[in-house]
Amino acid sequence: MKTVTLAHGAGGKQTSELIDRVFKAHFANPDLTADDAAVLTPPAGRMAMSTDGFIVSPAFFPGGNIGKLSICGTVNDLACMGARPLYLSCAFVIEEGFPMDKLEEIAAAMEKTAKEAGIKVVSGDTKVAGKGQVDGVFITTTGVGEIMEGVSTSGDFAKPGDVIIVTGDVGRHGCTILLEREDFGIEADVTSDCAPLWGAVEAVLNEVKDVHVIRDATRGGVGTVLYEITGQSGVGIDLYADRIPVADEVRGVCGMLGLEPLYLACEGRLVIMAPEEHAEKILAALKTTPYAKEAAVIGKVTAEHPGRVVMTTEVGTQTILAQPGGELLPRIC
Amino acid sequence: MESAKEKAIKIIRSYDGPKIRIMEVCGTHTHEIFRQGIRKLLPENVELISGPGCPVCVTPVGYIDEAVYLAEEKGVTITTFGDLVRVPGSRSSLADVRSRGSKVKIVYTPLDAVTYAKNHPEEEVVFLSVGFETTTPSACLAVEQAAAEGLKNFSILTANKTMPSAYRMLKDSVDVYFYPGHVTAVTGTGLVKSLVDEGISGVCGGFTASELVTAIAVAIKKFQEGKPFFVNCYPRVVTEEGAPEAMALVDKMMEPCDTEWRGLGMIPQSGMKLREEYAAYDARKHFNMPLIEGKPNRACRCGEVLQGICRPVDCPCFGKACIPEHPVGACMVSNEGACSAYYTYGDI
Repeated sequence: MKTVTLAHGAGGKQTSELIDRVFKAHFANPDLTADDAAVLTPPAGRMAMSTDGFIVSPAFFPGGNIGKLSICGTVNDLACMGARPLYLSCAFVIEEGFPMDKLEEIAAAMEKTAKEAGIKVVSGDTKVAGKGQVDGVFITTTGVGEIMEGVSTSGDFAKPGDVIIVTGDVGRHGCTILLEREDFGIEADVTSDCAPLWGAVEAVLNEVKDVHVIRDATRGGVGTVLYEITGQSGVGIDLYADRIPVADEVRGVCGMLGLEPLYLACEGRLVIMAPEEHAEKILAALKTTPYAKEAAVIGKVTAEHPGRVVMTTEVGTQTILAQPGGELLPRIC
Repeated sequence: MESAKEKAIKIIRSYDGPKIRIMEVCGTHTHEIFRQGIRKLLPENVELISGPGCPVCVTPVGYIDEAVYLAEEKGVTITTFGDLVRVPGSRSSLADVRSRGSKVKIVYTPLDAVTYAKNHPEEEVVFLSVGFETTTPSACLAVEQAAAEGLKNFSILTANKTMPSAYRMLKDSVDVYFYPGHVTAVTGTGLVKSLVDEGISGVCGGFTASELVTAIAVAIKKFQEGKPFFVNCYPRVVTEEGAPEAMALVDKMMEPCDTEWRGLGMIPQSGMKLREEYAAYDARKHFNMPLIEGKPNRACRCGEVLQGICRPVDCPCFGKACIPEHPVGACMVSNEGACSAYYTYGDI
């Protein structure tokens, strides 16, 4: 089996081989050159820029791998600002001994996902670290995008009366990683929701510009996003337990382990807040796109109880959505 | 058509009979009852008491002191479920011990502790074996595995407990037990059925909103009939025979012993310890440990909370000296503890 060696990171012949065979083969485009930096023409309007490091363990999981995740994470962060993804750079830190075919698989997933999201890889870096200095492969991606005209979203902009929409069932990525670790000896058929979401955001913004908040619910899940928004916007949130989409398998696993699906990570789900009169249009637009078929209104923003997320339970009573403390799950993304 | 859940809610809300005290024994039930907002359905004459079914909460101070002794005096590596790390001992918690340089490793299953011991032959590894009928079989499996591998550096510090003696001891504070779903799934319903002859009533139920309200509604309905009863409202999981293999394994390797419950004191024959054949894996024997008695914090009323004598909010420490970040008593440590649940959900 061919593996990555320290020589592949030394800058010599083997480095060129690695770059040609793996990265150039998958990322080739006119803006990706052999020069020290990419030369680009800036977009006409405002730009968004975001960076994210990925250290997920295991690096391969049902529904994706660290490569797909590293594109989706950055593309989705840009999309949350209403930005069409344009250019992306990626830096790899690879552990000595990492199988070459696995690295190719990761690069292939990045190529496919980048193509789908419409983003071009224009710059990259590869380092090889000694055995044990990193775990497998770590990837950092940075992306820039062009913000759609007339759009302005922020966690500060939630207003009482806004509806809260989630673009699909919650907690799948976190649950998938949890089960892959096999620490619990539970088997369930769950795949990560990892997906690029610019398409979903674009469909919404083509219909409705007046969207206040878009957030991707990654680490900490939808629950953490909601609490962040209550703090940033100085509002309260009412949630309806029976409207929150959760896959049966995820619900089952959470029941067994005493976890709240709202706090499990998603990698392909957005939380959108917008004036109630746009709710139907937004839902309809989302449902025309591949990763938001189950979009649903799960609650509303209120001036009551600022800083709190209050849930109307399945038995019709009201209870606070408890905030988790401590480390829920290390290295999920 | 009215769903089972709606029907149950109606029964609970409209109950106007004599006062009924229902004790949910299991910590997961306590947590879910809060999370699902079920307490808010209850009329005044229905009281839900959070019982002693969270293994961390009933672990006595002296047990933590024993683990601290092993870590600091004997230099052993402690392996434990995460919840136990912050439980206060007489002077130190395991978190304190870890910050002073001792090795305290968090594991998800006892078998992980065996694997750790195997990979670290130069260390003495002790697993903190707490829990009820649900977790005791996995501790036995770990010892069996260690024996099969011929490990000499692995032992367990037992504080395993069985529920029936606690049911009997607390029966006067309770009208109907809401029996723990998972424990009853292991033991089977035979035991709780036999308690009916001793005048002890109960229902067994699951963990979803619908399952929880159904079990409570059945408890209320049957209570009004005036005769001791048992109803299994969780038949998809709980059966007559339970899990005989698990029980046989425990019976092969362990025997009943007297044991202390935090707050309830010594309950005869309510604990489990390794049989003589497995003495080499019993940390108390392996390290020839002295008898260590804990000194509980006198202000903490966890004991009374566990017996349903007082509510968490009646304790002078609650929400002041004792909060989840700095627990004084065990019931504030585990997220299944009654105090933690009251603290998290109680203020709305």
